Amino acid sequence: MKKIYSVLVENRAGVLCKVAGLFWRRCYNIDSLAVGETDDHTVSHMIIVSSGDSGTLEQVEKQLNKKLDVIKVKTFTEDQAVSRELMLIKVHYNRNNRRDIMENCSIMGAQIIDMSKSLMTIQICDTPERVSMFLDTFKTISIVEITRTGTLAVPKCKDGQA
Amino acid sequence: MRRCSAQLKCAEVKTQMKSVKRDKAVSLAVPGNLYWDFPEPLYTNSVSGKEKRMTGADAIVKCLEQEGVEYVFGYPGVAIAPFYNSILATDIKTVLVRQEQNAAHAASGYTRISGKPGVVAVTSGPGAENLFTGIATAFADSIPMICITGQVDSHLMGSDVFQEADVSGAVESFVKYSYIVRDVTDIPRIFREAFYIASTGRKGPVLIDIPCDVQKETISRFVYPKEVHLRTYKPTVEGHIVQIRKVIKELEKAKRPIICVGGGVHLGGAKEEVRAFSKKHGIPVVCTMMGLSVMPTDDPLFFGMVGNNGQPYGNQAMNKADLIIMAGARVADRSISQPDLAMAGKTLVHIDVDPAEIGKNTTPAIPLVGDIAHIFHTFNEQELHVDYSDWIAQLDDCRMHGQQKKAEKLRRAAENPDRHSVDPALFVHTLSSAMAPDAVYVADVGQNQLWSCANAQIREGGRFLTSGGMGTMGYALPAALGAALGAPGRQVVCVCGDGGFQMSMMELAAMQYYHIPCKCVVLRNLSLGLVRQHQHLVYHDHFSVIDLGGYPKLKELTAAYDTHYYRLETNAGIQGTIDAFLKDPAPSLMEVIVDPDELA
Repeated sequence: MKKIYSVLVENRAGVLCKVAGLFWRRCYNIDSLAVGETDDHTVSHMIIVSSGDSGTLEQVEKQLNKKLDVIKVKTFTEDQAVSRELMLIKVHYNRNNRRDIMENCSIMGAQIIDMSKSLMTIQICDTPERVSMFLDTFKTISIVEITRTGTLAVPKCKDGQA
Repeated sequence: MRRCSAQLKCAEVKTQMKSVKRDKAVSLAVPGNLYWDFPEPLYTNSVSGKEKRMTGADAIVKCLEQEGVEYVFGYPGVAIAPFYNSILATDIKTVLVRQEQNAAHAASGYTRISGKPGVVAVTSGPGAENLFTGIATAFADSIPMICITGQVDSHLMGSDVFQEADVSGAVESFVKYSYIVRDVTDIPRIFREAFYIASTGRKGPVLIDIPCDVQKETISRFVYPKEVHLRTYKPTVEGHIVQIRKVIKELEKAKRPIICVGGGVHLGGAKEEVRAFSKKHGIPVVCTMMGLSVMPTDDPLFFGMVGNNGQPYGNQAMNKADLIIMAGARVADRSISQPDLAMAGKTLVHIDVDPAEIGKNTTPAIPLVGDIAHIFHTFNEQELHVDYSDWIAQLDDCRMHGQQKKAEKLRRAAENPDRHSVDPALFVHTLSSAMAPDAVYVADVGQNQLWSCANAQIREGGRFLTSGGMGTMGYALPAALGAALGAPGRQVVCVCGDGGFQMSMMELAAMQYYHIPCKCVVLRNLSLGLVRQHQHLVYHDHFSVIDLGGYPKLKELTAAYDTHYYRLETNAGIQGTIDAFLKDPAPSLMEVIVDPDELA
């Protein structure tokens, strides 16, 4: 079972370490973790994806709430949220595979954002599943470097809800 | 010129001190009382109040004064030197322990008896690292405590300089919260918050790491905040009334209810409310190890400790019950080893101030989060007409049977002429019965702890302390020291094995130096008894690394510390020796010879 934790925390030194340390100490999984500042510079927003049985996932939420640097925890499942992940992938290309790569990019809505004579960097921003799917299409291509942001998610819009 | 006046002042202080000392020695040397002639500061600040600007260290001390701190337990060093320099200007007493870990245990003992958070101050690096076991011990038992650690200068932090350690990072998983003070003006706020955090909600230790340069910086304005503004911390205070009513309804339905009390009842100051509730409706009570002394041992409604080291009749009572009210207990492995199995077919009510404890080890039918004193107070206000006399009669039978068996065993032990050692159960029973009714009994960890739990007679007003959650050997002696300071005039007796004793026996020095009249019992079986017992039962007498030999010789050791020494070799004369030992107004130690084959 997978759950997404949307965690507002104090934007202070060491808080990421404290939250990550909690997962480590209590043997919880971190499938993905993304952090960034919010519109309020004293608050950071973490999106943590964790998996485990329902008891564990409930404990994750309670233990997060117990941390004194945690302001608010919201949890939702994947289908209750819209989620996105950004991936940058740098590959070697040549005359033979160039067209294939470009076609794949256009099918998946990815963009080539940087390029040299033998290398190109592609950017894709999509749901985590589609990002992984896109990555699979590069199996025969020599990959130089990959970087992914981890999942970002917000609950789906519903009128009458904050 | 300045030095001259400082020396003069120093001399004055010394002469004053001498006269004070003599007076105190006469008036305070009452048996059972602390007779303070606390060594007083030899140096005073050479700068007069007017010229002096307040430093960070002064501000820390001022914060402690504002919080009503009486004692600081610790060990100085360069990184905490400004603090220890400033503390001389106040009435706060300092206790120099012989190893930092014991400072934390002493503060824990102090906290548990006085109800006020104990304060520890040690230096950076090794000083703070030595403290860790003590902090983790306090954390496991939810004991509020403020740990001040010196740190290397701010600009050196992170460069692996002499005596630098990432203390705040290292303690993260066993403190309630930790601070690094980077700005001297934050000191009042941080201390106010730290005391608040430590002593509210689920209590626990808070660590404040302060770089040496921050302690030395001047602070232009000191205002101790009245209010705490923490947007992230709002401990639940009141239990939800809907849930409370549900519990009352369940009690009306129940035929065989039982209340299982844990350490949370002590921490929440709910002892009286719980006793009153139990008495009002005739509901039987059992306890976990940390819940010992919530009920007096001989209370007709008390059915002993549960768990794998508990009383058989206590466990039977839990097994037979149809409604269990867990109050301030974690449902941890030592008290309830297979929670789901144990709770099958029963209704479980779980009361705790920490929402994360509820559902962690088992899922209760009725979760009830809140301050336990408030919850039981509300319970006591609710209308409830029940009669559990059949259930009580059934439990009484069981308990009587168990107690008769035990009394018979004790009697046989007492009368056995062939014994060449002391029966530990008989000893604990006799000792605790001879102690003052409001005495504090501190048990260490190991066989001594199990014998103590099973046999100590705790009366109205008495208190039982031990390291329940962490099981830290060496806890008892320093904790007893702190407890004695937390409750002057109360008798404090610690019971250790010879393994645990040797982990903190250096504190005999602190006990003697500060004239803290604790009583220390060492149950001597020349081995690590509980490990030996485990190896006997599980590894078929394949004994490994448990032999302590006969060292140190306790008679000579106590002589080196000027501590009074008593010795008990057989059951004969047990009462007389114990009486003499307890009556002795000075710090004293009693060596009790126990057979290594004795099982707990």
